[in-house]
Amino acid sequence: MNAPTPTPATGYAFAYLDEQTKRMIRRAILKAVAIPGHQVPFASRDMPMPYGWGTGGIQVTAAILGRSDVLKVIDQGADDTTNAVSIRAFFQKTASVAVTTKTAEATVIQTRHRIPEKPLTAGQTLVFQVPIPEPLRFLEPRETETRVMHALADYGLMHVKLYEDVAKHGRIAKTYAYPVEVEGRYMMDPSPIPKFDNPKLHMSPALQLFGAGREKRIYALPPFTAVKSLDFEDHPFERTKFEAPCALCGATDAYLDEVVTDDRGGRMFVCSDTDHCEERRAAGHRGAMLADTAGNEENVR
Amino acid sequence: MSASLIEARGLTKWYGDRLGCRDVSFDVCEGEVLAIVGESGSGKSTLLSLLSGQLPATSGEVLYRTRDGEVRELSTLSEAERRFLFRTDWGFVHQDAAQGLRMGVSAGGNVGERLMAVGARNYGKIRATAEDWLERVEIDPTRIDEKPTAYSGGMRQRLQIARNLVTAPRLVFMDEPTGGLDVSVQARLLDLVRRLVADMGLAVIVVTHDLAVARLLSHRIMVMRRGRVIEAGLTDRVLDDPREAYTQLLVSSILQP
Repeated sequence: MNAPTPTPATGYAFAYLDEQTKRMIRRAILKAVAIPGHQVPFASRDMPMPYGWGTGGIQVTAAILGRSDVLKVIDQGADDTTNAVSIRAFFQKTASVAVTTKTAEATVIQTRHRIPEKPLTAGQTLVFQVPIPEPLRFLEPRETETRVMHALADYGLMHVKLYEDVAKHGRIAKTYAYPVEVEGRYMMDPSPIPKFDNPKLHMSPALQLFGAGREKRIYALPPFTAVKSLDFEDHPFERTKFEAPCALCGATDAYLDEVVTDDRGGRMFVCSDTDHCEERRAAGHRGAMLADTAGNEENVR
Repeated sequence: MSASLIEARGLTKWYGDRLGCRDVSFDVCEGEVLAIVGESGSGKSTLLSLLSGQLPATSGEVLYRTRDGEVRELSTLSEAERRFLFRTDWGFVHQDAAQGLRMGVSAGGNVGERLMAVGARNYGKIRATAEDWLERVEIDPTRIDEKPTAYSGGMRQRLQIARNLVTAPRLVFMDEPTGGLDVSVQARLLDLVRRLVADMGLAVIVVTHDLAVARLLSHRIMVMRRGRVIEAGLTDRVLDDPREAYTQLLVSSILQP
C-alpha cells in the first residue's frame, strides 16, 4: 500500500461521529456483549457513504477507535479493494489513526465478509459489516414475529430450511451467511462470511462486533464464546474444501478466490486474504504459478 | 371433574358492541369428538379462536389439563407455553390448507416442521417419520419432496392433517376441514379422520356447517345461533330428534338428492 497518507480533515470530532453518538453506540455495544448473539437496536446515523458500503461497521469502528489503535480494513479478505481503501482513508482523515495491512499488527480490524486467516489474538477487535442481521428474515418477513421467535428461542423454522436443502441437494447448500447458534441460546447471522470462516467464530480470543447500519442493529460475540453452526446429526456442518492450492503461495488451508485470467477459460485460485498470501510468499512459499521464480521478489498482485 | 381435557366456562366475546359469542360452557374429555354447528356468523369460529387461545375472551375462562395433569387457565399461560402447546399438544386444521401449510416448503418439510420445532435434529429420522405419516394419510411417499402447490385440494388437506398429528397431539381443532372439497373427496377425508381419531384417541373440536360431517365424526354436538348455544347433546339424539325450532329447521334443510 503506497497511497499517500490522506491529510487529516479539520472541523470534525475524532472519528467523524460526535461524542454523544459514540456514547450511544458504545451503550449498544456493551449490551450486545452482555447478551452474545442478541441483536441490539441502535440509532444508526447517516454516514457519508451509501448503505451497503459498511455504514454499520464504520459506526462501530468509530465508536471503539482510540488514538493509539492500529486499524486494518479488509473487503472480502483484500486490503486493496475500493471498499477497504475508502474506509481506511476515511479513518485516516477523521481520526488520524495508524493503519496497517498486517493482521498481527492491527488492534481493530473492520471486515467485509471475511475473517483473516491468521488466528486472532486477545486484545484484537474484529468489526463486521452486516447487510441483514436477521437470520430468519427470508423465512419469516415480519419483524414482530422474528423478535418473538428470538425471545422464545423458537428456531424450528431454520431447520425446516436446512431440511429443504438436504432434501433438494443432498446436503446443506448454504455456503455463506451460514446461521450459527451462540452459547446454546440465540441464533445469529454471522454476516455473509463464507461458511469456511464459521469455525473461526468459535472460542475466538478476539472480540467480534457486528454492525448493521441500514437495519440499525448491533450484535456481538465476546471473546471465548461458543458458536455452533446449525446442522443435522446425520448431515453435520462441513467446511468448504478446495481442490487446488493457492496459485501464488501454495496454501491449502486458506479460503480461495477464483480469478478468471483470460477469455479462453483460463483461471487461477488465489488466497482471498491478501495479507496472508503475501506473508506466505515472503516466507518463501510458492504456488504453481510462481513455481519457477526464485525466493525474494516483489509482490505479484 | 378430572376427566375433562378442556373445559369452557361462560365464554363471552364482544367485538366492540357486536357479539361474537355469549356464555358458552362445555367440556370435552380425552378421546371425545365435539362438533359445533350453526349458520355463518353464529360465532363458531370465534369460539374456536377463544378455545385455542388465539383471541382473548371478554369474560369467561378456558381450563386445559396439560400432560402432567395440571389444570391451567389458558389466559394465564405465557406466550412461550402457549406456543409450546400449539406445537406439541394441539393441532389446528384450517379450512384453507394454504393457511395451515407452508406452501413454499416440500411436503416432508411441512410434516417435519413440528418435529424440528421440538428439537429433532436427525435428518434421516425426520424424513422417515414424514414418509410414514404421508402413508398414513394416503399420500404416495414418493411425492415427499413435492411442494403442496403441486397437490390437489384433498391431498393438501390430508397433508395438513399429517402435519398436525405428527407430534401425537391430544386435542385437535378443526375449522371446516372438508369445506371446499368435492363430495367424494370429502367422504374419503372424513373416513380417514375418523380412523385416525379412533386410533390415536384424539379429542377433537370440529367446527362445521355441514351436518353430515358432524354426524360422521362427532360423539356430541352443539348447535349455535347468534352467538349462543341453543342445543347440545349426543349427535344422534340432536340430529334425529331436534328440540329447538332452529335445529329442526337446520336438520330439515339438508338437501336430499
